[in-house]
Amino acid sequence: MIDTTELSIEFAGGRKLTFAPWQLTQGEVSLLIGGSGSGKTTLIHLLAGLRQSSSGNITIAGANLAHMPKAQADRFRGRYIGLIFQQPHLLASLTVTQNLLAAQYFAGLPANSKRIAEVIAELNLSHRADAFPHQMSQGEQQRAAIARAMLNQPRVILADEPTASLDDDNCQAVANLLLLQAARYKATLVIATHDGRLKNLIPKHRCL
Amino acid sequence: MNLFFISLQYIKARPLSNLLNTVILALGIAVIVFLLLASHQLEEKLIKNAKGIDLVVGSKGSPMQLILSAIFHIDYPTGNIGLEDARALARHPMVKQVIPMALGDSYKGFRIVGTDSRYPEHYKAEIAQGRWWKNDMEVTIGSKVAQASGLKVGDRFAGSHGMGDGVGDEHAEHQYVVTGIMKPSGTVLDNLVLTTIGSVWLVHEDHSKEDSTAHVPQVTNQPDTLSGLPPGKEGRELTVMLIQYRNPMAAIQLPRFINAQSRLQAASPAVEVARLFRILGVGVSVVQGFSYLIIVVAALSIFIALYNALKERRYDLAVMRALGASQTKLFALVMLEGLLIALAGSLFGIFLGHVMAASIGYLGEEAEQAQFTGLIFLVEECLILGGALLIGALTALIPAIGAYRTDISAVLAKGE
Repeated sequence: MIDTTELSIEFAGGRKLTFAPWQLTQGEVSLLIGGSGSGKTTLIHLLAGLRQSSSGNITIAGANLAHMPKAQADRFRGRYIGLIFQQPHLLASLTVTQNLLAAQYFAGLPANSKRIAEVIAELNLSHRADAFPHQMSQGEQQRAAIARAMLNQPRVILADEPTASLDDDNCQAVANLLLLQAARYKATLVIATHDGRLKNLIPKHRCL
Repeated sequence: MNLFFISLQYIKARPLSNLLNTVILALGIAVIVFLLLASHQLEEKLIKNAKGIDLVVGSKGSPMQLILSAIFHIDYPTGNIGLEDARALARHPMVKQVIPMALGDSYKGFRIVGTDSRYPEHYKAEIAQGRWWKNDMEVTIGSKVAQASGLKVGDRFAGSHGMGDGVGDEHAEHQYVVTGIMKPSGTVLDNLVLTTIGSVWLVHEDHSKEDSTAHVPQVTNQPDTLSGLPPGKEGRELTVMLIQYRNPMAAIQLPRFINAQSRLQAASPAVEVARLFRILGVGVSVVQGFSYLIIVVAALSIFIALYNALKERRYDLAVMRALGASQTKLFALVMLEGLLIALAGSLFGIFLGHVMAASIGYLGEEAEQAQFTGLIFLVEECLILGGALLIGALTALIPAIGAYRTDISAVLAKGE
């Protein structure tokens, strides 16, 4: 599902990062571990097509993301890749339901409220469907962000430090939700983290 | 879900700042629309009232004053002219038609005009009730006069000396009788009380030298007072005459001929109206310039709001990209926001401009004379709307380019 050759990226200051080739099959779950500055976030962004590599190929769901024109990469990401960040980053002026509608709209998919209600229910947010982000707790916001990432049934879920700002209970809950959801949709799940709490839950990991 | 909805949500998320910008823009546009409506209607009215009148002849004084008093009935007359001079001029071969007028009195602020039947004929006025005046001391009143004073056919009233409301003494011993009411014509006739020239003479008869027949009104079925100059004794006076040329040559020769006479003055409505517009034009330009300034301030304010919002929203924009939005979509989103504010501001401004035009009549007696309406729409307003949208697009352009260029990876990597 994810297949990269050796990837390299050059930064403005002349610093260069290289990543060894990496293969992940459909439904595989892996942690991406490394200290700060090791390039976890950079690799996640490369895999998501949020930035361009200097050399190398990234094949996701059979398409070469490294050589896609920008607008096409945007659309591909919306359709096949679910992204989760350390902060929920919900659109502040939209309700939970509207945030999910926006996710369908930006991915170029038709509005499907049935699917939205289903995902909201799966993440136990039905009572918050019409709440604005600022009216919700941190844990609820992160669940809504997961709901948004899962909405379009992505092939790949990329999570960048999803639990870093959560307490133990919420960390456990979010990790379990991610695993459960990935399994439900047979999605490949990559979690970039330096959170030791996750290592106990997910055995497979890759160090940078 | 679409960009329009998201834009609207963003505008609603900052209600005060956006409302303020909309109102500032609306004010600037309202003033421009008002000036447009007012000058258009003023011009139309002036032209309509002055149409077909080539020359106004009265006594010496300001030509502008002569035109304003004789055609538009807003200023005071310059003075009177002798009947003999008037008669001589009416017989001049280059004069096709004269409409004589005797002014000086008013009723409740509406001017009483002693004239003949060619005056309403000139404006193609029609009778709504009753009949045209025929004899001395009979009047036909304009629609506005009837509406404001409540006079009906058959009612009697006395005029008062002078032209303002409640100025001068009433000529209580001379009662006019209303024989007819005119249909609204959109001309100056709506505000006038028309009667014979003889009536005006009768009311102003010098009591000290009166003879036995002085107070006897002429009652005949075919009084020559209805067309042409009435027979008058030595020393009778008119106020002005509205003249139509017989041929184009008259335009060159007649004014010179008249102005060479010591007691008469000729003024051309076309020349004086053009001069009036030039004088008004300076004031209009100043107000217009000021309203453009307001619009520039509004544009700047919208720009600053969008630009600041861009900084606050860089995570939102990055997340939209993460969700699959293209750069072009983010560009369109910010442009749409600027355009929506500009659209709201200009629609509100155009509405406000029309309200201002409609309510100017309530500002005072002089303004009431102008009788502006807010219910006409001009092609130029589409131009204003287009211009405002262009300004909205320009103010949004730089923030929209910023949104287009957002480095999503850098923004998202920063976390928070």
